[in-house]
Amino acid sequence: MADVIAYLEMRDGTPRPVAREAVSAAKTLADRLGGSVVALAFGGTGTAEAARAMAAFGADRLVVVEDDSLVAYSPDVAVAVIQHLAAELSPAAVVFPASAQGKDLSARAAGRLKRSLASEVTELAVEDGMIVVTRPVYAGKAYARLRFRDSPALLSIRPNVFPVIEHAGAGAVERPAMPDVQEKTRVGPIEQGERDRLDVREADIVVSGGRGLQGPEKWEILEHLVDALGPGATLGASRAVVDAGWRPHGEQVGQTGKVVSPSLYFAIGISGAIQHLAGMRTANVIVAVNKDAEAPIFDVANYGIVGDAFEVVPELTDAVRKLRTSDG
Amino acid sequence: MNSIVCIKRVPDSETRVRIASDGLAVDRSGVKFDMNEYDKYALEEAIRRKEEAGEGLVTVLTVGGDDARETLRQALAMGADEAVLLRAETGFDGLPVAVALAEEIRDRPFDLLLFGKQAIDDDGMQVPAMVAELLGLPAATVVVSLEIEAGRAVARREVEGGHETVEFDLPGIVAAQKGLNEPRYPSLKGIMAAKKKPLEEKDVTLVEGGLELLELSGPPDRPEPQILGEGAEAVPELVRRLREEVKVL
Repeated sequence: MADVIAYLEMRDGTPRPVAREAVSAAKTLADRLGGSVVALAFGGTGTAEAARAMAAFGADRLVVVEDDSLVAYSPDVAVAVIQHLAAELSPAAVVFPASAQGKDLSARAAGRLKRSLASEVTELAVEDGMIVVTRPVYAGKAYARLRFRDSPALLSIRPNVFPVIEHAGAGAVERPAMPDVQEKTRVGPIEQGERDRLDVREADIVVSGGRGLQGPEKWEILEHLVDALGPGATLGASRAVVDAGWRPHGEQVGQTGKVVSPSLYFAIGISGAIQHLAGMRTANVIVAVNKDAEAPIFDVANYGIVGDAFEVVPELTDAVRKLRTSDG
Repeated sequence: MNSIVCIKRVPDSETRVRIASDGLAVDRSGVKFDMNEYDKYALEEAIRRKEEAGEGLVTVLTVGGDDARETLRQALAMGADEAVLLRAETGFDGLPVAVALAEEIRDRPFDLLLFGKQAIDDDGMQVPAMVAELLGLPAATVVVSLEIEAGRAVARREVEGGHETVEFDLPGIVAAQKGLNEPRYPSLKGIMAAKKKPLEEKDVTLVEGGLELLELSGPPDRPEPQILGEGAEAVPELVRRLREEVKVL
């Protein structure tokens, strides 16, 4: 009754970084409720072996459904197994990552179980035995604190927010048989984008560009900065440059794009429209570079430089390169 | 090709959000409302499918208050044929809304049931997939392109760092992401025609959801901004601060 299920999202045969966050968050909840953590994974041969790594973050049981048809996401199979587990364990909660797949599956599970779902949760607590979550609404212009009236509490956690905590769990592997379900929705393999950069929601450092860069061909200076910052960094964009067709929509940060919480966010040539600020104001540290000293972006920035991006950014890239080189 | 499109009236994305004095709602006074942006892609897709097929019906459906009528008229002006308002107050729990929509949709024949991928007020991204499960229908969420041939839909869905293809037989559900199409603006002719199109209204009682709103609050304050200087000369100081003060480099 006090167990917590954590959904392990897999990609290319291994748990995605958000899986560790989900297990850690589930462990925190389970400890307060006096239950254990049951991690759930789907995939082809070898998934159980790969999922076992999650024991290090507190997974007591690993329920792994292995089948070659499960290399790609199968919502129909996953939701059927969740329904079965929910009936068997009567868990207190099911924790999903608020990733593309996690949000799709969590909402399906909510519909199947007829239970409410809190999406993009950024804080979790147990108060008087009941699960209380905080989640941003209006893209972070406000925060809602919500209490679950019944169980299981279904929730998806925002990537990059919950800490990954090492905490040895038993990690006992169980392999239930593939459920006999008719697949109504068939999902194909993931086609990776041309440039294998991190998703803007999952990167530790985001370098976003706006109109101040004057044209799509000028993005080179931001790419150089991202490359200098290392593999945890990625590119973002303002709505204006996405609407202008300079950058793909997947990079858009803001209320009608993605809401990000990296440890470091660079806003380069972005004036700071309300809908953009909503999408990045939960970043740990914000740096703004803008020619206009009155630009609203400076109101949310920890550090601002008033100046031309074409002068500031290459200088910054050089300085970061030197730093990285001297760090070895 | 018959489509049902579920839409929502939401505060415009450029709106400042103020919390009402009871701490449980957003102050709606002076707020500009619009059709949820992603719903416009969903509606445009339905209208295009109908135009291409040369036949069919586009029904728009919403759960909301009296003011949602204006948003339904906007949808009719874009080219929807009929509208239904399920009158009820909604909150931050997607399930009661999904249940009400599923009940209304259950007896209506359609090929495609469309939604925007998320409403930009509650940011739930829940209702399309919930309705899919409640009605036992296939669904593709966060869809950036859609092809339909001989009753089979092939949708491209956005995932982190790439795309995946989702296939299913109609009838089915598609939740639209930006990029699916370029939504049209209502024409003057469309606005005039919308006044004569049927808009049905009924009161509904939402089921009690499992989430209780305890408090709505503003975002945490940001630290006091520090302007480090002008131009490239300020870069060494920035790097020093990032490294030593906040330790993120």
